[in-house]
Amino acid sequence: MKFKTFAAFVGPSVFMMFLFIALPLVSVFSQSFQNTYDLREQVEVETCTPGFLTQTCTTELKNVPQLDADGKPIKITEWTGLQSYRNVLQMDKVWAAIGDGRPGDILQIDFWKALRFTLVFTLVTLPLVIGVGLLIALTVNNAMRSLRGPVIFISLLPFIITPVIGSLSIYWLFVGDGILTAMMERWSGQNISMFAQAWTIELLMYFYRVWHVAPFAFVIFYAGLQSVNMDTLESAVIDGANRWERLRHVIIPHLMPLIVFIALIHLMDCYRVFDEIIGFRSQAHVISLQWLTVDLLTPDDAGNRAISRASASAMLTMIGIVVLLVPLLRRTWRDHKGGSH
Amino acid sequence: MLKNLVLAGAVSLMGSTAFAACSYENETEIKMLSAGFEAWKAVTDAMAECGNLQAELDQEFRTKQPAAFEANPSLYHIGGVSNGTITPLMNAGTIRPLDDLVEKYGQNLKPNQLIRIDGQIMAVAMMVNTQHLMYREDVLSDLGIDVPTTWDEVLAASAKIEEAGVVDHALGATLKSGWNLAQDFNNMYVGFGGDFFNDDNTTAVNGDAGMKALETIKASMEYMDPEVLVSDSTYVQQQFQQGKIAMANLWASRASAMNDEAESQVVGKVKMAAAPTAMDGGVPATTLWWDGIVIAKNISDEEADAAFRLAMEGMDSEMVTANNDAAIWLVEGYAPTDLAAGAIATATANPAPPAYPSTSQMGLLHTVLGNEIPAFLTGERDAAATLTAIEEGYTTAAKEAGVLQ
Repeated sequence: MKFKTFAAFVGPSVFMMFLFIALPLVSVFSQSFQNTYDLREQVEVETCTPGFLTQTCTTELKNVPQLDADGKPIKITEWTGLQSYRNVLQMDKVWAAIGDGRPGDILQIDFWKALRFTLVFTLVTLPLVIGVGLLIALTVNNAMRSLRGPVIFISLLPFIITPVIGSLSIYWLFVGDGILTAMMERWSGQNISMFAQAWTIELLMYFYRVWHVAPFAFVIFYAGLQSVNMDTLESAVIDGANRWERLRHVIIPHLMPLIVFIALIHLMDCYRVFDEIIGFRSQAHVISLQWLTVDLLTPDDAGNRAISRASASAMLTMIGIVVLLVPLLRRTWRDHKGGSH
Repeated sequence: MLKNLVLAGAVSLMGSTAFAACSYENETEIKMLSAGFEAWKAVTDAMAECGNLQAELDQEFRTKQPAAFEANPSLYHIGGVSNGTITPLMNAGTIRPLDDLVEKYGQNLKPNQLIRIDGQIMAVAMMVNTQHLMYREDVLSDLGIDVPTTWDEVLAASAKIEEAGVVDHALGATLKSGWNLAQDFNNMYVGFGGDFFNDDNTTAVNGDAGMKALETIKASMEYMDPEVLVSDSTYVQQQFQQGKIAMANLWASRASAMNDEAESQVVGKVKMAAAPTAMDGGVPATTLWWDGIVIAKNISDEEADAAFRLAMEGMDSEMVTANNDAAIWLVEGYAPTDLAAGAIATATANPAPPAYPSTSQMGLLHTVLGNEIPAFLTGERDAAATLTAIEEGYTTAAKEAGVLQ
């Protein structure tokens, strides 16, 4: 392809990526090293608030932002270096916990608690999504031709549902008096509270994520299965390979690039787990890195937001994704180079 | 969200109907953003009768309002606020003093309704809200239990109810991790006589009152649904309506839902008493709130005039008579019923509970409380370590916000 044609095709998308990905990233990166706050002063304020019958007036010292000539708060921006990262990571507490011989205490710090869950969630669901997706693809591929359409449609449904709605429906099924909990309670004769402890919530989250994402893996694998070389399969049959050996030595190597692709997408998606935390209302027991960032960004009733800490947390999340992706990217790169020789 | 949209849609539709109940016709386009509960619906409906009102009733108002009012011209003319949510507007200077407007249109206002900050009227309150003890009268009288007035009595009564097994759980509470849980802690904390801050803006929660508050909440959890850490006001309200719980310290604005025959199975059985005290001679373990309106600064004086006049029309005694049970109204013409008995007893108790502090520090502390207390309630960490974590979390946040040096 001529360079000019190439540039004309790729240019707009490079521009968009620069505008919507690179620039915000730079801005977040720089914000994580600075802190902006209102210049404040202590003033004595008399506030009168209603009781039911009479009004009570109290005079108190209030810490209020100073306004400039236009009536806008005076903002001060300071470079704070790594302070925001220190506030998020709280390494002093981490070392103290290790020094005291109680490494479990590390998980009481929000960031590490969130990192623990995010990593376990990502790494546990990855093989399950690939395995279940492959299983459905093989089943559908071997199903009667007339059944394939309906089966594909039904197995795709979970992927179509909006994640928040999906997690909410799981929540309503399994919450204290949900339909499924009520059925399980009747069957077991015990009081079941799935949302009262962390491990059952996590189990439900794994289940939900696999249920939700496996159809995506299935569609990709199913497409891949259509291109398996029939000659190789037939010779494998003639050589006496059983079903499992054919899968292991013919089909999976053929699907390998697709498996790497699914793994890449899944790792990126899963590391940003957020919907489940909101849908399952699990903040008391389980939080994720993405949730932590959003929580820091959400203004409280007084309008305060921890923007610099949120930026630091977002940068750390991104670094985590890159670290997870490196082995897969290296593999893809090697294959790519190997293939071109 | 959908409900809010429908509500907003319904309200804006009403703008086009006849101006029957309104004393004048409003000709200026007025926009309003407020919370989405029953009392606001009553007020905005009454305002819409004068025409040209676009009201948005949205529970996410607290995150939208500061930025919307900062725009020039402001995206809304009228804002519905409470003592908790007026702070960012005051801090940014985006609402205007109302003294001249009150003089012009506020003849029907009671002095009690005027929120004065530093001598100027900055908001006009329409209702008060507080937590009060809601209890199943039939359950308590069947078991021969007196209405509890202290948290010790609440726990003792809960033990008896639990033993009798007449309901699923003796107690309900709004312990959903985050804002709700933090507010329940605040209630208990003021009940034990705690002050939130020292004079130098550092927090004082890491002390005796904080410890007792945490322990009382934990003790009460024994009589609650094991999943109580996901339970917000609506959840508790529904537990009551379905007869699953016998007592709860819940918002006064939820009381009328108990007698809503369309959704409640316990109509007439739930009674209200003052919020229990946490210690002898102490205040009821709750904070006082008010809800009311503010007018944006970044609009023309004519618009502000029209907006305020319209708001007064929405908060008049005619509206209150038609919606008597929707709130504990401060407006002339309100006739308290049994539903309000608990909240009024709470608000007029001697000593009276404090108003929720509307300061930047309280916002910071509230967030930290909501994030740190769950680890204690789930048993991951002890009370002392939790209070230390709250103190450290607040210090970090306060330094970032420029409140502490």
